[in-house]
Amino acid sequence: MSFDAVTLILAIPATAALLLAVLPSYKLTAYLNVAASFLSFLAALSLLFLERPAPGPYLLVDDLNNVFIVLTTFVGFTTSVFSASYIEHEMEIGRLTPASLRFYHAMYQVLMFALNLALLANNIGVMWVAIELATLTTVMMVGIYRTHESLEAAWKYFILGSVGIALALFGTILVYMAAQPTIGEGLNSMVWTTLMEHASAFEPALLNLAFVFLLLGYGTKVGLAPLQAWLPDAHAEGPTPISAVLSGLLLNVALYALLRFKMLLAANPEALAPGPLMITMGLVSVVFAAFMLYRRGDIKRLFAYSSIEHMGIITFAFGMGGPLANFAGLLHMCMHSLTKSAIFFAVGNIAQVKGTQKIADIGGLTVTNPVLGWGLVAGVVAIAGLPPLGIFMSEFLVVSSTFAREPLLALTLVLGILVGIGALFLRLNAIAFGEPRGPTHKAQGSYVPMFAHLGIVLIAGVYLPAPLVAWFQNVARLLG
Amino acid sequence: MHSLTLDIAHLLAGSLVLVSFMMLYQDRLYALINVYALHALVLAMSVAWQAYAQDAPHLYVTAAIALVFKAILIPVVLHRMIVKLGIHREIETVVGIGPTMLLGMGLVALSMVVMLRVTAGADPLAREDLAFALAVVLLGLLMMVTRQNAVSQVVGFMSLENGLVLAATGAKGMPLVVEISVAFSILIAFIVIGIFLFRIRERFDTVDVAALDSYRGERE
Repeated sequence: MSFDAVTLILAIPATAALLLAVLPSYKLTAYLNVAASFLSFLAALSLLFLERPAPGPYLLVDDLNNVFIVLTTFVGFTTSVFSASYIEHEMEIGRLTPASLRFYHAMYQVLMFALNLALLANNIGVMWVAIELATLTTVMMVGIYRTHESLEAAWKYFILGSVGIALALFGTILVYMAAQPTIGEGLNSMVWTTLMEHASAFEPALLNLAFVFLLLGYGTKVGLAPLQAWLPDAHAEGPTPISAVLSGLLLNVALYALLRFKMLLAANPEALAPGPLMITMGLVSVVFAAFMLYRRGDIKRLFAYSSIEHMGIITFAFGMGGPLANFAGLLHMCMHSLTKSAIFFAVGNIAQVKGTQKIADIGGLTVTNPVLGWGLVAGVVAIAGLPPLGIFMSEFLVVSSTFAREPLLALTLVLGILVGIGALFLRLNAIAFGEPRGPTHKAQGSYVPMFAHLGIVLIAGVYLPAPLVAWFQNVARLLG
Repeated sequence: MHSLTLDIAHLLAGSLVLVSFMMLYQDRLYALINVYALHALVLAMSVAWQAYAQDAPHLYVTAAIALVFKAILIPVVLHRMIVKLGIHREIETVVGIGPTMLLGMGLVALSMVVMLRVTAGADPLAREDLAFALAVVLLGLLMMVTRQNAVSQVVGFMSLENGLVLAATGAKGMPLVVEISVAFSILIAFIVIGIFLFRIRERFDTVDVAALDSYRGERE
């Protein structure tokens, strides 16, 4: 019975992608896209209640990836709702043709399939293939407008993403090499559950080297500095729903892959501690992105840099390790996914209302479009980490758990966060308040997904249900 | 382990590193693609030898993919493409050949030192294969950073990917190698189509990446 749920999570997007690729009507495909995303979300939810299947050689469900799957399918669903109301307008203003819209919807489901497969994979080879597939589909979606800028962004993303993917494969091969003398040749040496059981007997030097390659490879996809160059362009030039999915989901999935390998290293007593490497990259990303935020002139690029900052915080938290920091990292990841996608929903509407993404041409949104303007204000307040929203709580937990152990690192982190807040509010002030600037059209995109996400973030900031806390604590323990 | 088997595997993997060096100093695009074809050919031979030495028939598939797709199809397509784009006589500004070669040698030394130390306990065939593979990967990366032209960066990436295939086939009994090499071939096909797409749309005036870099998104 529960095996069916796992199959469904993969089968629904795969079938939907095929259907969407052949169906001609774009109106129908938009609805189908929503329906398929909703069904995947239901299937993912059922994993919480049904008994989990025993891990096979390819697929696995455990506490850790269950969090990610529910989050991924949920954001995938809300984004598809937003996309259905948003993308039609892109066709009306001639940025997309009916054919490219059909392609867009099919690709959306292929991406969901790839993300779900990467999360469910019990096999380091399958995981790698799935992340490669996710990269390819997002590259195509980023370049979908076929403008000079979007093709350039897609190309840059493509080349950097491919190098990252290549390094990750080398790391994957090295992990296999480390496992092979203990577990033996063949498929078993690539299966997570077997790897974890025997990890203590692996050659530690080989594991260390493998982790360096994996960190560089998957770290590129997470958008960690100094490997982040693709991220702002890819976010800025693609369709806005894709920016939301990139920030909210793809970065998480790459981080999930890293976390799995971190657990593998942690299970080997002689291997190097992966924590300090992750802390360094995380901290560099936070500080770098915080300062970069000041010079952004493009609204989507601004929030793309904010994503780099937050991925840095999350990587930092997981690098610190320990039950509390892991808990904080996990919570921050969920909150960031929800908030950042909500912000991109708002930004998509703003770009349609004003006909531009340049911050200089956008102003006084709270006057001209009050709902949208205040929605964006709420989103930015949330992402900046002000109370009482969810990100405040998770950031507070990250910082306070670090202060107890490494005060200097915590200070640097706080400095980075504060610098980032300053930049965000500076820009928010220009966008949302003051004299209205630029043209004003009616917003077409639905507000429901945005407010739904912000609502969850608000509730999570005020009150976290006990079962959820227990679940996250359990996962935090697993992460070591 | 047969010492002749080991020697031949060693010879082929070593030749791959050597061909990587030939690519580093090749400054004409047309010739560069020829060298890449040679690189893929050596890879195909090396993989086929591994298939024979490990008695792993599925690796012959990987070797066949390398031969047909990478050594014949891709170079032919790229040749036609650069002739069409009118850049086949292009002489690239490579970061001085001397320093590049020195850096390359440093990288090969580094990969030998790292891999041979780290894999002290592993099977010698796999061990040396892996060390050479890492050298090819690093040389591919070096090529990508020292080149300015998008086509030659792609060639650099493809040589890097050849190194990965070498590593994957060297890891004895690794499953999914064929699948992974197919996945990579798809990736490469997309990259090549990508170059073509750029041009066919007439959006780019040049495939010079220096022009790409001018765009940072803050252009007014």
